[in-house]
Amino acid sequence: MKKKRISSATERKKEVITNLTNFGNTLYDQMEKGVFPWIKMPSRSTENIYYNTELRQYVLGDKSVKRSSRNIRHIRPFTQLVWTAFFANELTQQRKTSTLRDVYYSAQAYDMKFKDQAESNNIITDLETVAKFAREDFNVFPEERSAIFGDLTIEYSVPGYEGKRLNLASHPDGVMIGPALTSSEFVKTSADKVIAIEKGGLFTRFIEEQVHNKYNSLLILTAGQAPRATRHFIHRLNKELQLPVFILTDGDPWGMHIAMVIISGSANAAHLRELTTPDAKWSGVWASDIVDYKLPSDPLTEIDVKRLYELQKDPRYEGDLWQREIKTFFKHRKKAEQEAFSRYGLTYIVDEYLPTKLEES
Amino acid sequence: MTETFEEISAADFFYRNRDIAGFTNPARAIFSALRELVENALDASDLAGVPPDVYVRLSYEDAEKFESKSEEENDKTEEETETFETGVYRLRIEDNGSGVPARHIPSAFGQVLFGSKYKLRQTRGTFGLGGTMAFLYGQITTHKPAYIVSSTGKSKVYTYKIMVDIQRNRPIILDRKILLNKEGWRGTIVDFSLEGDYIKAMPRILEYLKQTALVTPYANITFIDPKGRLYRFNRATKQMPSPPKETKPHPYGVDVETIQRLVRITPYRNMIDFMRNHFHRVGEVTARKFLETTRISETRNPKKLKPQEIVRLVHMMKRFNGFLSPDTSCLSPLGEELLKTGILKELKPEFIAVRQRPPSTYSGHPFIVEAAIAYGGEVPKKNDFALYRFANRIPLLYDEGSDVSWKIIKSMNWRRYKVTPDMPIAVLVHLCSTKIPYKTVGKEFIADRPEVKREIINGIREAARELQRFLTKQEHVERERKRFSVFSKYLPKIAQFSTDLSGRTERLDISKLLDKVKKFEEETD
Repeated sequence: MKKKRISSATERKKEVITNLTNFGNTLYDQMEKGVFPWIKMPSRSTENIYYNTELRQYVLGDKSVKRSSRNIRHIRPFTQLVWTAFFANELTQQRKTSTLRDVYYSAQAYDMKFKDQAESNNIITDLETVAKFAREDFNVFPEERSAIFGDLTIEYSVPGYEGKRLNLASHPDGVMIGPALTSSEFVKTSADKVIAIEKGGLFTRFIEEQVHNKYNSLLILTAGQAPRATRHFIHRLNKELQLPVFILTDGDPWGMHIAMVIISGSANAAHLRELTTPDAKWSGVWASDIVDYKLPSDPLTEIDVKRLYELQKDPRYEGDLWQREIKTFFKHRKKAEQEAFSRYGLTYIVDEYLPTKLEES
Repeated sequence: MTETFEEISAADFFYRNRDIAGFTNPARAIFSALRELVENALDASDLAGVPPDVYVRLSYEDAEKFESKSEEENDKTEEETETFETGVYRLRIEDNGSGVPARHIPSAFGQVLFGSKYKLRQTRGTFGLGGTMAFLYGQITTHKPAYIVSSTGKSKVYTYKIMVDIQRNRPIILDRKILLNKEGWRGTIVDFSLEGDYIKAMPRILEYLKQTALVTPYANITFIDPKGRLYRFNRATKQMPSPPKETKPHPYGVDVETIQRLVRITPYRNMIDFMRNHFHRVGEVTARKFLETTRISETRNPKKLKPQEIVRLVHMMKRFNGFLSPDTSCLSPLGEELLKTGILKELKPEFIAVRQRPPSTYSGHPFIVEAAIAYGGEVPKKNDFALYRFANRIPLLYDEGSDVSWKIIKSMNWRRYKVTPDMPIAVLVHLCSTKIPYKTVGKEFIADRPEVKREIINGIREAARELQRFLTKQEHVERERKRFSVFSKYLPKIAQFSTDLSGRTERLDISKLLDKVKKFEEETD
């Protein structure tokens, strides 16, 4: 597996374009030789997805699939793939962004109608697999948005803002992690850690309580399951700026998994790298915290329990901490939200809980 | 009260029962008259061995009267104007056939049940009834004589003006002229008046002529209708089917009356010779074997047979297994080639399968079934099969639903042959026999004889299998065409997007790739 270490967003863009151009060249050469254009790419079927303990994420195995325009059943999706590559290239070259929905509609302008959004999304995933870049690198973004706050100065590379700088502490609501931020360069920061938070309420409380200053940290709102752009952004903060990452979620199986996806990624993205942050820490709310801090709690529902059984067998959850917390959930059959700390006063979580947890993990 | 008993003539019988001969109402009558005379004309040409040229003209008897009447009635409702079409028409039919010998002309046209067709060979008409029946109908509806012109091609042309003495079934000659035949013309012209309703009969008449043209592809048929419209059906070939030979009766098909008649006229003095010479395909060995089963001595004089012996003879003839099947020289099927020509000419189909079945017999009557299936082209598309039925080369137009062929088509599992009802498909069945098993006198539909039915089924099935092969191949070609169109749609796009993506400017030539797809198509074809 080719390992890339890209320090800056601009260089990454260049590599994306090179990759797409190479793809075009390969097909062009094949056709010039009188061969029906074809490609080989790793299979994304479930039996070819493995957990790699070294990388601490899911990866694709050795099985590959050949897609050939010689095959009547392949030629349509093949053409769609080539079109998507062409379209991604246009977007990247012209530094325009687009959404999955946009891609679906844009195809129609080229007489390349997709059957539905799912078909179009699937072809984009094909392109990710072939080009080994995430769709965000092709400037195709999902609709979800998350935010960041703290002392980090970035420099934009999007058209019209080239060279402009922004300190991410300049807006008290935080700054949206959108296409412009994702493609920006990191200039400087005084922070020595990143704290990712699942919920907006707590994110705002942390800003109000000056957590960024008190704990020298960058605050990131994942707004539920972290979007891929945000996961990549966290990855960059960790890799490029060597900042340790701490994750705070609700104390239930779903919150636990939000943390895990930031750490080890998802099976759906097994074909992609640089979306994970294996060294990031889940700091809470743990099942044992519910007990230790006597937090107000709700009983686990049937669905919660079922999910816990699934996670228990998941290779990503092999670590001691995870197994211990799953067992604790099973033992007490209770869950608690981050807001539960408010029973001890609004600042308790910042003054008491947070420092303990940062030390602990 | 006493009942009066009287004898009526054959002409009188048909006059009183004209329904059974197809002269039910003015529309039906004009159709039947035209049809009977066209069939006579075609038979005459077949007999002469020349490709027929038949000219038919139907006109209003009093054209002026019709015209002025129609102008007057312009304001009237459609229903009312329709009825005025029931009027007097004049029908003229000319052929280039054998002509009628002068001495037979009055009887042939002025006497019911007189004719040359009472022999065992295949002809269109059977009874010698149709032509005279038409005149008879004309006479009783208009009280006008018929004109006949005929020549056998020798030095003279004979013209007759005749009427029928209905009560005595005898022709009345009103006028007779003999002309010199300077141009060596041969043929017959008949010209007479009758009451009819052309507007109502028109669809049937045109369909009849079209189907006649289909089954007689070697004929030129011209029709001028009362409005002066010309319909012309041109021959597509001059090749004619070989004419039927006259034949002796087959033992399976005879009855007591036939034997009695033969006994009366036979010159032979013993039963062996009697059997050998009066019956179809009976030789000395067969005759001897057969007579053993009858307990009638070989040397017996047929004229001395007792009535109960004749009955026994007939009875044993039906049970004896040793007779050879009748041969088919007395039949004149169209042949696959001619039938194909006719169908191609009139329906211009995309596909055609024609099958002639081997000869067979029912009750001692030889018959041959010819079946065909035509697909596409000008075959009418009407959500059901178009069935064309022919018997001894005449189209059968009425009572389709009662015909054995219709029942066969309806009972077949067409899906097996990849056929769906929405396809434009015509099924043709032509039955040739010395005796067509009509169910009624009106020559409209064929009865359900198991032997005949089996042959029709086999004929249609064989043609259907060929159609299936065609449809399968067409399906394949269609699939390949679609396949190719998919490649032709997407390959240029792949080429275009790849070129743009690679940043190169030289256009890719993908014609070679497309050729490969095409080549593949030809290989699998």
